[in-house]
Amino acid sequence: MSLNKDTNYSTNFLTGKKISNISLEYFDENKFYKEDDLKKNNYTLINFWASWCLPCRQEHPLLVQLSKEKNLKLLGVNFKDKKKQAETFLYNLGNPYDLLTKDELGKSSVKFGVYGIPESILVNKDLMILKKFVGPLSTEDYDSIIKIIN
Amino acid sequence: MKFKLILITLLLNFNLASGVEKKVDQNTIHKNLRCLVCQGQSIADSNSDFAQTIKLVVKDLIKDGKTEREIYSFMSDKYGEWIVFKPELNKHNVVLWVLPYLALIFGGVIIFILVRRRN
Repeated sequence: MSLNKDTNYSTNFLTGKKISNISLEYFDENKFYKEDDLKKNNYTLINFWASWCLPCRQEHPLLVQLSKEKNLKLLGVNFKDKKKQAETFLYNLGNPYDLLTKDELGKSSVKFGVYGIPESILVNKDLMILKKFVGPLSTEDYDSIIKIIN
Repeated sequence: MKFKLILITLLLNFNLASGVEKKVDQNTIHKNLRCLVCQGQSIADSNSDFAQTIKLVVKDLIKDGKTEREIYSFMSDKYGEWIVFKPELNKHNVVLWVLPYLALIFGGVIIFILVRRRN
């Protein structure tokens, strides 16, 4: 009931919904990553990050670990960041992403219901959202991802 | 005759009014969207990063020819009903919409009965 609604904001209701009309610009090229590209992967973890985001540093080792999973592709969305700083971030901490895109103005991320970073969305090849992680990934989140994809 | 004239005028006005496309007001939309990372502020009131992004997206949606209702629907789809200050009537909030009217009717009936008894 709306009267009993938890006012602590959550986007968990997106779980089970399909993502549509996505268009993410490649980090290095003037090309766009679309839904059809996403359908090629069994599971994709879309991770929204930036070099200026401190919690993104915190979750990064887990992303590096997840990048070793064969059944999972990591799609990075560099959010409102400067290219040079993003490159330095990945150079120093390692690049876990199978594919890197950018969202310079943050407009594309609105289509994913993102309101702050880091956020991660696990989708299957049917583009269905299996889980949404708001905030840095924890070891529990890591375990739940592993459980879903295997 | 007079009645017919009034009726025709009203009908003509109604047709003209519905024929004219309602202009989408960006500020009205900003005022009716909640800033999710702020304390009780609307997108219009906030200068937060989130509010700035939403303003850009609203601008794009208006440019794409979306109506006010379609924009609220898009935002609700992505961020939940919570983002709209005046949510649309649906099965989850129907009681909230209907309750004040029911209370009004119920109160009216009680007053009517009391007044009648006194008389």
